[in-house]
Amino acid sequence: MAFNSSDTAAFKGVWVFCEQREGVIMSTSYQLLSEGRKLANDLGVELCGVVLGKDIKEDYLKALGGYGADKVYYCNHELLDVYTTDAYTKVICDLVEDKKPEIFLIGATNIGRDLGPRCAARLHTGLTADCTHLDVDVEKYKAFLKTTSTIDVDNTKFEDTKNLKMTRPAFGGHLMATIVCPDYRPQMSTVRPGVMQTAPYNEETAAKTVLERVDVKLDASDIHVDLVEIKKSAKKLVDLVGADVVVSVGRGISSDPKRGIEIAEELANVLGGVVGASRAVVDAGLIAADHQVGQTGKTVHAKIYVALGISGAIQHLAGMQDSECIIAVNKNGSAPIFDVATYGITGDLFKVGPMLTEAIAKYKASKA
Amino acid sequence: MKCIVCVKQVPDTSGVVAVKEDGTMDRAAMATITNHDDLAAVEAALRIKDATGCKVVVVSMGPPPAEGMLRELLAMGADEAVLVSAREFGGSDTYATSQILAAAVKKIGVEDDDIIFCGRQAIDGDTAQVGPQIAEKLHLPQVSYAAEIKVEGKTVTVKRLLEDGYMTIKVQTPCLITCVKELNTARYMSVGGIMECYQKPLEIYNYETLKDDPLIDVDTIGLKGSPTNVYKSFSPPVKGAGMMMEGADKATVEKLVSILNDKHII
Repeated sequence: MAFNSSDTAAFKGVWVFCEQREGVIMSTSYQLLSEGRKLANDLGVELCGVVLGKDIKEDYLKALGGYGADKVYYCNHELLDVYTTDAYTKVICDLVEDKKPEIFLIGATNIGRDLGPRCAARLHTGLTADCTHLDVDVEKYKAFLKTTSTIDVDNTKFEDTKNLKMTRPAFGGHLMATIVCPDYRPQMSTVRPGVMQTAPYNEETAAKTVLERVDVKLDASDIHVDLVEIKKSAKKLVDLVGADVVVSVGRGISSDPKRGIEIAEELANVLGGVVGASRAVVDAGLIAADHQVGQTGKTVHAKIYVALGISGAIQHLAGMQDSECIIAVNKNGSAPIFDVATYGITGDLFKVGPMLTEAIAKYKASKA
Repeated sequence: MKCIVCVKQVPDTSGVVAVKEDGTMDRAAMATITNHDDLAAVEAALRIKDATGCKVVVVSMGPPPAEGMLRELLAMGADEAVLVSAREFGGSDTYATSQILAAAVKKIGVEDDDIIFCGRQAIDGDTAQVGPQIAEKLHLPQVSYAAEIKVEGKTVTVKRLLEDGYMTIKVQTPCLITCVKELNTARYMSVGGIMECYQKPLEIYNYETLKDDPLIDVDTIGLKGSPTNVYKSFSPPVKGAGMMMEGADKATVEKLVSILNDKHII
């Protein structure tokens, strides 16, 4: 029977695409499995991981169970070693058409955002990009809105459905939109890396995971591109998403960008953190793009986030406001950054920054 | 050979953002710009034109005022423009949009040595979906996140960005490439270009123009043909204001450090 994406009743289960690079599963996959587990529990269905590669170690596949996967479908094939749009789309679509999952989550990596739309277009279903929150249960969704929106939740009508409610920022973070895909399956979503929390690894569930090898129909004529080479940046990229402490600089450094970045580095050093930046600083070419925090950059959940000379454009706030402790230094006392700051200092970052570094260094020395 | 470039006019979200009472964006009240990634795509095409003399066609789906943006792109050096505009196309999500744009690109005509360009993503939605979805609808190979493009005959070599590096990919025309804004710095309109842009052809494709294409079906275009729709939209609340420290001197930072210590933050 031909595949029909609008026969919604025929689809069951939650899937997570577990992306590998160089044979190693990416950490985004664990975040998505942890989130997918909750959705699968709310629906009372299975959670499956899907891995495409050449010869992925069985340990790695089993480990996916430790983050919640009941089952792992894996495809080993020479042509799946490195990502190509054509090969991955074909294998994924064949698998979806055969097994019919109701929800399919993909990490919103540079690969996931190439694969997701191509698959959704082929399967004739909806895809929501770069989601930051997912719900199936309406009550849980309402609880989420109570803490994250200005909606009067108790006096608003919500259509009671188990459809996947996919929430994402739009218009550079000025607006949040919850998207549904009611009439087609699977309900597909790419999920922003670093946003979903990884659940603690569970050895028991890992041991119970069922591994199912899937034979793929694939040959070289299916692939219409030639991969010439893969190069990693020589410079080690900053790990903003995984950092406990981020010290970011904004437009306020523009009178002396070199010194401004230096001040941030010094403060980051004493706090054991890394340096971030607002879009303005990245766009001005003062720091590399991998430092960018915000809607078009990285989302961070730092324990301490220091904003030096950042006014707090909403697109920046979207990437850092969930940090636990936000310390803002800005000359302009009415800058929007102070609306989200835990502690604010109205002052010049070129003066306050070094003083803060010194005070923290002194404090650390006294504790040593 | 020709290059077809898909562009979008977007509200400038870096400037003043107007939100209506119902929580939706007031697009009419906001300044509009050509999407950054799309401008890079136009520039990429114009550079191929500089080198080969090929034709560059810019195509945009949007309301009639998007014509102004297309005229600007003609003034930059594009040869022809197509505005895809119809009430029936309104409310399209990325799936439906790609159906319509793919039909428009087919109408323009894709030949053996053509390249379709798109921006990677638009700043209003940040989805990065329409490019790959057009490629799928046209059954063309795609390369997304292009940060460098070299064309030699029918072979296009693309440096495709990864988070921690890049892939170099060779692909044969016809193909679709999505560009990141770091790819290049777009040229300005020239004085001569501004003079000429009103003489250059700008065609409007409406529902009538495209309706015979199998991609244009009531179930696959517009609001009704969009697999996704908005369940709720809302403004994020700002966090409760924190504590403003007094002063900005040594005593201030020492007080802050002692608070951070008391709360076990450091």
